[in-house]
Order: sequence, then C-alpha cells, then structure tokens
Amino acid sequence: MSQSELSPGAPPPTHANTINEQQHGIWVRITQGPGLVSVLAVFVALVLGGLLIAATDAKVATTAGYLFSRPSDFFSALWAAGTDSYVSLFQGSIYNSRQGFAPFLETLTVSTPLICAGLGVALAFRAGLFNIGAQGQIIIGSIMAAYAGFAWHLPFGIHLLVVIFMGVLGGAVWGGLVGLLKARTGAHEVILTIMFNYVALYFLDFLLNTKAFQRPGETNPISPILDPSAVFPALPGSRLHLGFVMAIGLTILVAWILNRSTIGFEFRAVGANPAAARTAGVNVARSTILVMAIAGALAGAAGVAQVAGTEQVLTAGIAASLGFDAITVALLGRSTPWGTFFAGLLFGAFRAGAVTMQISTGTPIDIVLVVQSLIVLFIAAPPLVRAMFGLNRKSKNKPPKTPKHAAPAPAAPASQGGGA
Amino acid sequence: MSAPAPTLPAKLRPLAPVSWKTPIMLSVIGLLSLVFFGFAGSEQTATFGISTGGDVFTLPDLVVPGIATGIVLGLGMCVLAGYSIFLAREHRPTPGWVPMVFAALFIFAFLVWVVSGARTPQISLAGLIAGSVTLAVPLVFGSLSGVLCERAGVVNIAIEGQLLGGAFSAAIIASVTGSPMLGLLAAAVAGALVSVVLAIFSIKYLVNQIIVGVVLNVLVSGITGFLFTTVMQEDPELYNSPGRLPVIDIPGLSAIPIIGPILFRQSIVGYLMYIAVAAVWIGLFKTRWGLRVRAVGEHPKAADTLGIKVNTTRFVNVVLGGAIAGIGGSFFTLVAIDSFTKEISGGRGFIALAAVIFGRWNPIGAFFAALLFGFADNLQSILTIIGTPVPSQFMAMLPYVVTVFAVAGLVGKSRAPAADGEPYVKG
Repeated sequence: MSQSELSPGAPPPTHANTINEQQHGIWVRITQGPGLVSVLAVFVALVLGGLLIAATDAKVATTAGYLFSRPSDFFSALWAAGTDSYVSLFQGSIYNSRQGFAPFLETLTVSTPLICAGLGVALAFRAGLFNIGAQGQIIIGSIMAAYAGFAWHLPFGIHLLVVIFMGVLGGAVWGGLVGLLKARTGAHEVILTIMFNYVALYFLDFLLNTKAFQRPGETNPISPILDPSAVFPALPGSRLHLGFVMAIGLTILVAWILNRSTIGFEFRAVGANPAAARTAGVNVARSTILVMAIAGALAGAAGVAQVAGTEQVLTAGIAASLGFDAITVALLGRSTPWGTFFAGLLFGAFRAGAVTMQISTGTPIDIVLVVQSLIVLFIAAPPLVRAMFGLNRKSKNKPPKTPKHAAPAPAAPASQGGGA
Repeated sequence: MSAPAPTLPAKLRPLAPVSWKTPIMLSVIGLLSLVFFGFAGSEQTATFGISTGGDVFTLPDLVVPGIATGIVLGLGMCVLAGYSIFLAREHRPTPGWVPMVFAALFIFAFLVWVVSGARTPQISLAGLIAGSVTLAVPLVFGSLSGVLCERAGVVNIAIEGQLLGGAFSAAIIASVTGSPMLGLLAAAVAGALVSVVLAIFSIKYLVNQIIVGVVLNVLVSGITGFLFTTVMQEDPELYNSPGRLPVIDIPGLSAIPIIGPILFRQSIVGYLMYIAVAAVWIGLFKTRWGLRVRAVGEHPKAADTLGIKVNTTRFVNVVLGGAIAGIGGSFFTLVAIDSFTKEISGGRGFIALAAVIFGRWNPIGAFFAALLFGFADNLQSILTIIGTPVPSQFMAMLPYVVTVFAVAGLVGKSRAPAADGEPYVKG
C-alpha cells in the first residue's frame, strides 16, 4: 500500500488524440481512481454487513417462511433489519434528536488513539515496513505514561508534558527495537512486531500484579488513578479531551515529515525501492530504525491518549484492539496522513455508534469488525470492486488487459519493499 | 564451510568465514545457568513423578537435589560452549547436535531450578509431558498450515483466523447434527474457506499477503463473535453443545509410562496430528509434488519455465493448509472444552506462526517447536499451582522471546523460502 500515492491506480492515457479517447481517459480516471473505489468499498461492506444482520434477524427468518405467498413482508423485514442497525449506529456516533451532537464528541474521543496509532502504521507503510506492532507500542507507551502519571507528583502543566514524553518515549523504544533488530539482523518486521506485541501484553499483565503498579487495597490488576495534573483537560459534559488536538497536530507533523522533510523523502525512497535508495546514498539501516522509532512514538501517543485522556487509569485491556484497528485505519487511509485521519474518524464513529446500536437494536458490536475488515479487503482489491459494479467492461474494449495489469500495481510493490 | 584441503600447510589454508554467534550465545547462557540454577539454586530437592496409576510397570520417582543438579548441568552446558568456542577457533562450524543437547540440558536445569524453589517441590513429569502434547495439538496443526503455505511462497498470517473459523464451525455443526465427526469435517471446510479468501485476494488480485492475513483474522473474529452472540447465545442447547470426540485408548500400548498416554491415548484429532505431520513431511520432501511446491516457493520463475503452474500450486497449498488448520481449530471445541466462546483460539495462531519460523519451515521442526511452546504453556499453569518464584507471565512470554531470538539469528539461523510473500505475475 505504500505505493498507492506514488502510482495512482490507472496509468494516464498515453495517446489522447481524439476527443473520444480523451473522454475515455476521464472515464478511466474516475472509475479506476482510488476515490470511487474507496466509496464503493465502504458501500459494499455496509451492504454485506446489513445482510449478515438481516440473516440472523428473527423477523426476517419468519417472513422468509412465507416468502412466496407474500414477498413484500420479507423484503420490508430485510430492509428494516439492516437499516435499523445502521440508523442507530448513526445516532450513536453523529447526531440524535435527544442528545444533539454529543455523540459526535464521543466519536472524536474514540478516534483519537485510532488516528495516532494509525499514523504510526501509515508512516511505516510508506517506508515499506509492516508495523503490526502498534498494539505492543501502545501498551508500552501507556505503561510509561501511566507510571509517570500516578507515581510522580509534579506541578500542573509540567506533569502532563512529562506524561506525554514518557508515553511517546516508551512507544519509540519498543518500535525502535524492532527497527534495530531488522536493520542489524535482517529479521522480518512482521514476525518481530507480532512477537513484541505479546511480550508487551504479558509484561503489562505482570506489572499490574506488582506492588509498584497495583492500586493499594485492590486485588484486581488495576493501577491507581492518574493525578489530575497528569491528564488532558476535557470538554465539560463529554469525554472529549485535549488529546484530540494532539492527534490533529500529529497528523500535520506526519504530513510535514513525509512530504516536506529530507528524512521523509528518505523514508519514501526506501519504501519505493531500498536498493535504489541505498545506491543514491540513503542510509537504509538508519532509516529503518528511525521510521520504526517514529512509528512507535506515534503509537505511544495513542497510549497516552488512552491513559491520560479516555481511561485515566492503566488496566490490562488498555490497548483493547486499537493496534489492529490502527492497521485497518492506515490501510483505509491509503497511508496518507490526512487519509488516515479521516479513516480514523470513520472507524471511531463505528466504534462509538456500535455501543448505542447494541443497546437499542441488540446487534453485537462485532459487526463493526466485519464491516471494517470487509472495507479494507475491498479497498485493497480495486479490480474486484470494479468488477462488482461492471466498471471493468467499459475500458476493456479499448486498451485490452489494461485494468488487469494496471490495477494491482498499488498493492504489489509494498510486499517487495517489506520483504527486502 | 567445507573442510580445507589437507595438503596445504596450516598457514596457507583459506580462512573460512566463521560465525561467533553460536559460541558466544552458548557461553553466556551456560555461565548464567551455572550461576543462577547452580550456585544460586534452591537447597530443596525436586521430585519428579514418572509413573501414573494405570501404567503396566511403575518407575520410581526421580528425586534430585536442587543445587548439585544445577551445578552439574550448568557445567555440562559450559563444556558444550567450550567445545563450540574451540571449533570456532579452528574455523569450523558448530554441529547441529551441540545446541540441541545444550537446549535439553538447559530445559532440565531450568525445570529442576523452578521445581526445587517451589512451595511444594514436586510435579508429575508424565502429567507435564502429556499436558504439553495436548496443548500443542492446535499449534501443530496451525504450524503445518503455515509450512504448507509458506513453502509455496504465500505468507499465512491468517492461521489464527483459520483456527477460530474451524473451532466455530466444528461447534455449530456438531451441535446441530449431533455428530462430532461431522463437526470435524466442518472445521476443515471452514478453515479451507478462510484460505480460499486468502488465496483469491493474494494470488488472483495480488493484494499484499500480509494485509489479507491480518484483515482475515479480524474478519473471522468479527463474524464468529457476531454469530456467537446472535445465534449461539440465543439457544445454546441447540447451537453450542457439540459434545466431545471420544478418547481412543489403544489397549496395552497406552499403559507404557510417559510415552503411552502421549502416543496411544488421544482423541481422533490427536492421532490425526501425528499422521498430518508425517504426511506433510513426506509430501514436501519425498514426493515429486513436494519438490514442485518447494520450487514454487523458492524460485517461481524457474518453476514456471519448467511447466509447473505456479499460481495453481499456491492455491492448492493454501487451501490445503487452511483445511489442516481448521481441523486444529476443532480441538478447542471438540476436545478441550465442549462449547465455543468468543476468541477461543486466543492468539494461538500467532504462536503457531512462531513455531513455523522456529521450526525453520520444516514440518518436523515445526512439530517440535510447537511441542516446546505447548510445554512452556503447560509448565506455566503447573508452576502457578505449585507456587514458584517465577511470575507466570514470563513463562507465557517465552515462545515469543524465543522466536525473536530465532528470527534475529541469535540462535541458529532460520531462513524463509526465497519467494515467500512475493506474488507471481507471469511474464
């Protein structure tokens, strides 16, 4: 995916001599470009998710029994089952008449760690590295941030900065270690990060059972609450905290690193072709270590957002499945900083709305996982989505085979970059 | 690393490149073991029960003193490390048996150390080993799936999803039909289905294999979690009471101490595990099919030139691997417990992936790696019971740390098939 921005899905039409061909070129650009495919992918995933909801709905099942005598009942039940869930998903994440836009603030809260960690994954993708380790980096980041938050008692203002610094440092060390091992020994970062995730998870479990971390007088593995001076100020009446502003700032920072800085250029060069980058004088080993450290730092910031913002306490489930969600966020955002930002908002809305949805319609939260993963699967395979909507046929007549060969291009180089 | 020609005088011998990694690692671990397990060991004696009630002949319990055993085993490790250093100075590589014997000594020294330091310094060795094999069953199936896929050049991160899918289908089909055997079959089909998605997206649509694998795990987790809540929890009697596969006891043989229960007192899934390991090993290394698969995984272009259908081979292997992992998943719901719960596979797909790497992409290697990880898993729960100074979380970490060492080349060298993870486009 790292290449998706450098080489857009469709090749530009090479000989646009006649108006007809020009129009054809525009058509190709609209239908083969990433924008439409993303929208269609989200649409198809939502429809499939709706079908899954409907398939397990009791009313749909009963009306299916007399489908042929009165089909309208069946279809209205089918429609109701699918749309009811999505309507309450919307009400729980954006707007409802009772709470106004309060749910939207909850969406922003939930998105904050997703955006931070997603940026980390996206940045590594652009450098050709597969950072599956956001989960572990978030955990180590939260451990360090939480410890600084409840064990050290510092003056107001400085305390929060120290907490942020410690969390970011924790993530950076955990990520940088993977970069170091990869650069030094050539071990594959996917395997390393997966293993590091579990090590971090058990380490957290261990710490929460030690005197230093366990809340006094508590038998459950839970830490003391962070000092009031150590947490992000929150918007009154909601859980939304200043961490969201940090997420926006980090998005701008990553955009600057990738597009404007020398080091970002080196990252992208290594991601595009490590051998060529090395020939051009880029220190690939240094670049690998650095990009993993920055990616880890971003995930660490997500950990900070969790312990110093949303939860304000360290528990075994502090990272939930954020690290894995971050991967889907980065993929949906096509590994661009702002793409990741908005993808984080979308998945944050799913997460926030799913709680309301489960309460009001009884649809389990797991449907979010299904829709989320389907979206990413479809976005990763543009030819499949185009084939579903019959968009391939049009272009097949003109330049034969073009879509077949051009389309996979965005996905292919990432694997080579990762494997090298 | 061939031996230098004997005719040359010593000074003119070409210096073979020598790796100091193994000798250094062995020395460090050996010395640490000598100090920690030996001199700093516990003064209690450790008792290992060997025989269980139903055995044909009873072996006496093994009783060893903590410190003395630790020192003897530690010295043994140091001797092996010294031998490795000697070989490295001679520019000769350390033979494979040295780290193996070293590892065996280390594990035993560790075991004596933890048991003798415990509140009740006594464990049943037979129970420990039998439990390890049981816990290793899904890991072995999962790692075989990984070996089959990766030998053909497709990275399989979706083992976790295949196990989970298998566990779910086994539970629901066995419950509805009332036949655990049909459940077993359904598990294989479900695992294969997950694999079909992996194959279609990674081979036909050339989507990055790691992306597909990661996303598939989430997808399977979502679908099974969703159906668990909406279907199984609505009517657990009908949909989530699969019943267990019976344990088949082979009379006579199963009464042999230690190895009897492991080899001859298993469920069908347990026996299938041994068959699958043997079949995959023979298939990959002794048949024409296996030669082709490995060619596709190492150098697809060469294989294609010789007329092997690269992508068809990959497709078949991935689906076959999925079916095997699916059977492994049925272990959770048909053998271990007789119901399905959310995330019942609990990350074991990733341990299986670790076993693939630690076992160097070899079915038998993966089998022993899975056994080792199963051993660590089982030891962890036993140690919690007898009360040891080692926090159980560090035991749980062990498979992952060991794998990091393995992929980083600190212990031996594990190399993936050359074309692992690279899509093949003809032309």
